[in-house]
Amino acid sequence: MARIELEQIVKRFGSLTTVHGIDLTIEDGEFVVLVGPSGCGKSTTLRMIAGLEAISSGTLRIGGEVVNDHEPKHRNIAMVFQNYAIYPHLTVAQNIGFGLYTSRLSKAEKQARIRETARTLSLEPYLERRPAALSGGQRQRVAIGRAMVRDPVAFLFDEPLSNLDAQLRAQMRLEIKQLHQRLGSTIVFVTHDQVEAMSLADRIVVMREGRILQVGAPMELYNRPADIFTARFIGTPEMNMIDATIGDGRVDLGANAAAIDVSGLASLPGDLGAGRSVVLGVRPQELTLLNGEHRDFPIRIEGKVRVAEPHGSETFVLLDLPAGQIVARAPSTVSFKAGDPVFFGATAESLRIFDKQTEKLIG
Amino acid sequence: MSESTKPLASYGTIRPGRIVAWTILFLGGIVMMTPLLFMFSTSLKSAGHVYDLRLIPDQPTLANYIKVLSDGRFARWFVNSTLIATIVTLSCLFFDSLVAYTLAKFEFPGRRVVFLAILSTLMIPTEMLVIPWYLMASKLGWIDSYWGIMFPGLVTAFGVFLMKQFFETVPNDFLEAARVDGLNEFAIWWKVALPLVTPALSALAIFTFLGNWTAFFWPLIVTTDQTLYTLPVGLSSFAVEQSIQWELIMTGAALATIPTLAIFLFFQRYIVRGVMLAGVKG
Repeated sequence: MARIELEQIVKRFGSLTTVHGIDLTIEDGEFVVLVGPSGCGKSTTLRMIAGLEAISSGTLRIGGEVVNDHEPKHRNIAMVFQNYAIYPHLTVAQNIGFGLYTSRLSKAEKQARIRETARTLSLEPYLERRPAALSGGQRQRVAIGRAMVRDPVAFLFDEPLSNLDAQLRAQMRLEIKQLHQRLGSTIVFVTHDQVEAMSLADRIVVMREGRILQVGAPMELYNRPADIFTARFIGTPEMNMIDATIGDGRVDLGANAAAIDVSGLASLPGDLGAGRSVVLGVRPQELTLLNGEHRDFPIRIEGKVRVAEPHGSETFVLLDLPAGQIVARAPSTVSFKAGDPVFFGATAESLRIFDKQTEKLIG
Repeated sequence: MSESTKPLASYGTIRPGRIVAWTILFLGGIVMMTPLLFMFSTSLKSAGHVYDLRLIPDQPTLANYIKVLSDGRFARWFVNSTLIATIVTLSCLFFDSLVAYTLAKFEFPGRRVVFLAILSTLMIPTEMLVIPWYLMASKLGWIDSYWGIMFPGLVTAFGVFLMKQFFETVPNDFLEAARVDGLNEFAIWWKVALPLVTPALSALAIFTFLGNWTAFFWPLIVTTDQTLYTLPVGLSSFAVEQSIQWELIMTGAALATIPTLAIFLFFQRYIVRGVMLAGVKG
C-alpha cells in the first residue's frame, strides 16, 4: 500500500494541454474517485499515474518515491480497464495468473495465489473457462482478479463499470466497495457517473477541462458544492438553479418574484454587494410539498405541474415557473395533474448562492 | 455474404436471386474442379490411355505413383519444396507480424513513410525484381543454394500490410494491461497481440505456403542443380526430359497438391474462428 502524490502534474499533447497542473494527494488506503464529464482529463490523469502516458511536467510520487520516469511495470500498480482487457485466448486461471507474470514465486505458490484470488472473487468454479463463456460481471471480476493477485501498492480503475447494465453495475459497485474494505488498498477510480462516485469514494475529485474544481468527501460535495458545475454534477436530479440579483440586503428574483416568496429569509449570508448577479441553488430533495396551511418555511415556491415522475418511493415533479423550471421531490402518496398549482417550501440552510460570473459558491 | 447472413424469411419459397447465385456458383465450381479431377484421373491412367479423355479411367493403375515415388528425384524435390515453403512461411509469420505490429501500435517519426515505402514495393512486379535478385544472389554466392531460393520471400510487403490491418483492430487496452502487468514489449507482442490475430496469421500462413509451394519462376532461375529443384521446377523438367510424359507429370502434380490441401484444411478453422470477439465488450 502506498500514498500517491501528484504535484503540479501537466499533460500536453503537442500544443494542446489536457491536464493543467494538478495537485492531489491520495492517502494510503484511501478510495479516491476522479469524476467529471468526458474530456475533463480524469482518464489521462489516471494513465499518467499508471505510467501509460508520459507526464509533461510536475512530479508524481508513489510511496514517497518519484516515479515520473518509471515504466508501468516498475511502479507496482495494477489497473482495471473499461473493456476489462482480459485475454480471450486464455482461461480465467491463466488470465488471473497473468498478473504474476514478473513475480518470482514458484509455480505452486502462483497456483495458490490464483486460487485464493479466485475464491475472494467467487470465480473458483470458472477457473478453467475462457472469457467467452463468462457473463459481463464475471469478466470484470477476472480483470479485478488479475489486478489483485499481484498485491500491488495501488489499484487504478478506469471506468470499469460503464460497460455493464444498470443492475450489474450496482452489484459490482457494492463488490468493489467491500473489496476495498477488506483489502484496505489505495484505489484511484475514474468514472463519469456521479452516483458511482458518491457511493464508492472516501473522497471525490471533481474535474473539468483538465483542472480540479473540488476535492472532498461525498457528502461535503453534496452539501457544500464549491461551484455551480459541481452543484449540478453531484446529486440526481441535478440542483435547481434560479437566477437572481442582490438588491439592498434582499434577493430580487425578477420575473420569478411573484412565484417565489423569500420574504421569510431573515438575512443573506456573507457580504453580498448590492447589484450582484447570483444564482440560487436548491436541491429537489430539499424542497417540501406544502398543503395550504403549512406556512413556516422562509422560502416558498409556487409553480404549475408540468410532469410528474413517480420513482416508487418518491415522485419528482417538474414545475413551470414564470421564468424557467425546477424539479421538486414529493411523497409518492400524492398524485399530480399537469397544470395543477402546487406549493413547495425550502429552509434557509438549503439555499446556496453562487456568483453568476465566477460560478463560485458565495453563500 | 449479405445474402447468406440474412435470416431466412420462410423455408418454403426460394427466391429467384438465390437460384441464379447457386447456378453461377455451381458453374464456377465445375470450372475449378475439372482440371483437378483430370489431373487425378490422368495420374491413374497408363501411358497409352493418356489421350483417352474419359474422367473415370478404363483400367486404373497406381503404376505411375509407384514410378514417381520410387524415383529418388521426386522425393528430393518434395523435401526441398516442403523445407523451403515451411521456412519461408515461418519467417514471414514472424517478421511480417513483428514489423506490422510495430507499424500499427507504436508512434514514431517516419512511421507513415516507412509503411508507404513497404507498401510501394507491392506495386513492383516480380519479373522486374528477378534481375536484381539474381545479380545480388550471384555476387553473394547464393546461386544454387536453399538460401538463394528463399531470401526474396522471407519478409513480404503483403504480409506486413495484412497483419498491420489486423493489429490495428487489437484494442490498446489489451496491450496496456499487459504493460502494467510487467511484460516487456516483445512479450506483449508474442503473448498478447499475436494470439489475438490468429485468423490473420492463418490466412498469411496459407497464402505464403501456397505461394512458395507453387513458385516456379525464381526457383527455376536461381537453381541449376537438380538436387535443389523445388517440385514445380522438377515437374517441369519431367516434361521436357524426353517426350512429354503427361501421366507422370500429373501424378507428380497430384502428389504435390496433397500438402496444400492439408495446410488449407488445417488452418481454415482458425480463419473462420473470430477469436477477438470474446474478450472485449465495447
